[in-house]
Amino acid sequence: MASKIIVKNLIKSFGKLEVLKDVSTEIEEGEVVVVIGPSGSGKSTFLRCLNCLEEINGGTIIVDGYDLTDKKTDLNKVRQNIGMVFQHFNLFPHKTVKENIMLAPLTLKTMSREEASQKADELLRQVGLSDKTNIYPAQLSGGQKQRVAIARSLAMNPDVMLFDEPTSALDPEMVGEVLNVMKDLVRMGMTMVVVTHEMGFAREVGDRILFMDGGYIVEEGTPDQLLNHAREPRTIDFLSKVL
Amino acid sequence: MKFFELFYKYLPTYLDAMVITVEVTLMSLAIATILGIIFCLFKLSKFKVLQFLSDTYLSIIRGTPLVVQILFIFFGLPMAFGFKWQIMVVSVVILSLNAGAYMTELIRGGIEAVDKGQMEAARSLGLSYGQAMRKIVLPQAVRTMLPSIINQFIVTLKDSSLLSFFGLRELVQNTRIIVSNNMEYFIMYAIVGIYYWVIVSILTAAAKMIEKRTTYGK
Repeated sequence: MASKIIVKNLIKSFGKLEVLKDVSTEIEEGEVVVVIGPSGSGKSTFLRCLNCLEEINGGTIIVDGYDLTDKKTDLNKVRQNIGMVFQHFNLFPHKTVKENIMLAPLTLKTMSREEASQKADELLRQVGLSDKTNIYPAQLSGGQKQRVAIARSLAMNPDVMLFDEPTSALDPEMVGEVLNVMKDLVRMGMTMVVVTHEMGFAREVGDRILFMDGGYIVEEGTPDQLLNHAREPRTIDFLSKVL
Repeated sequence: MKFFELFYKYLPTYLDAMVITVEVTLMSLAIATILGIIFCLFKLSKFKVLQFLSDTYLSIIRGTPLVVQILFIFFGLPMAFGFKWQIMVVSVVILSLNAGAYMTELIRGGIEAVDKGQMEAARSLGLSYGQAMRKIVLPQAVRTMLPSIINQFIVTLKDSSLLSFFGLRELVQNTRIIVSNNMEYFIMYAIVGIYYWVIVSILTAAAKMIEKRTTYGK
């Protein structure tokens, strides 16, 4: 299998604070990688580096063969193939649900208006929100907002999806509906990197789990290896608190 | 009653003066908006020289009284460089330079008030910085800025009364000319006050209405 994302010796600091100290990993096509770890471990920053929302200070990231650290790489082009879902949804409040989904394909001219509209309807059906087409995000519940946000990212037909704590800002009763949409994506073979605290989700659909702490990947393995047979004391300590 | 008698007698001159006041204010505000956008981009840019230019401009305008700016530009500059101002031109130059500084801060505030996640979401979809600004950030910024822009309109409108210094026949100058003939200080200055009050009240009401409509779908 081909590596979709290659991360080598990634370093990222905010001013003097070094958040990622030396992170290397490879993510294969169709793989679902779940990143866990205590807050401040650098897991969200790691995810945000993968589509260059954070400028990196050292190392290389290669996505789909494009070197993100190369100045000649058109980042906007690369980002079109990498969907991202945020903890706080970040829907565009001045656009309706459907306009949110159609905005990128229309602005970037990857689809005609008709195609974009069809695609939006299709995606809304996929996430179960066909009845919310023409309302504004403010009228949606948190779970619905996040499902629209997922649909919005999918409108660009990405082949990698990044999820940054997608259920952390949700009321407990809404977590399930969002995870279900994500599980559908897993079944469709989407390459996914998910930062989350949902251990059940990690166990059920993750191909591999990365445990991060202090700016390093401390331990990684299949859900069974990591969740049931962790070796590193820091992993064991963390799992004892969350499981 | 004498008040109404005078009010009707001078109504035509006041309508002319009002047109001049509003005209100067509108033109100045339009130019000030352009200045505001330019200097705001300067301030947000990575280049130190541009930031310095923007900071200097803001500091000079905000650090000196409008009256001093008027006297310096109207009397000072022509003397140093040997030219003569056209009265409408200098009026617009003064007010737009002055309001431009305040617009700069206002526009910057509006852009910064938009949640950073909006820019990030737009960029993560593949939009360029410019596209994200145009489609996502600025439309939201403008909505939050509109009430303050109307407020700046009110301030500039009232500031335009200072242009009577060099004889622009706006509302105040019009009144001064009338008063020098009929000596009705009490009534005439009350009348000009009413004119301003009415215009400002209408604008304030407009600002309130817009403020109420800045939330979407609620």
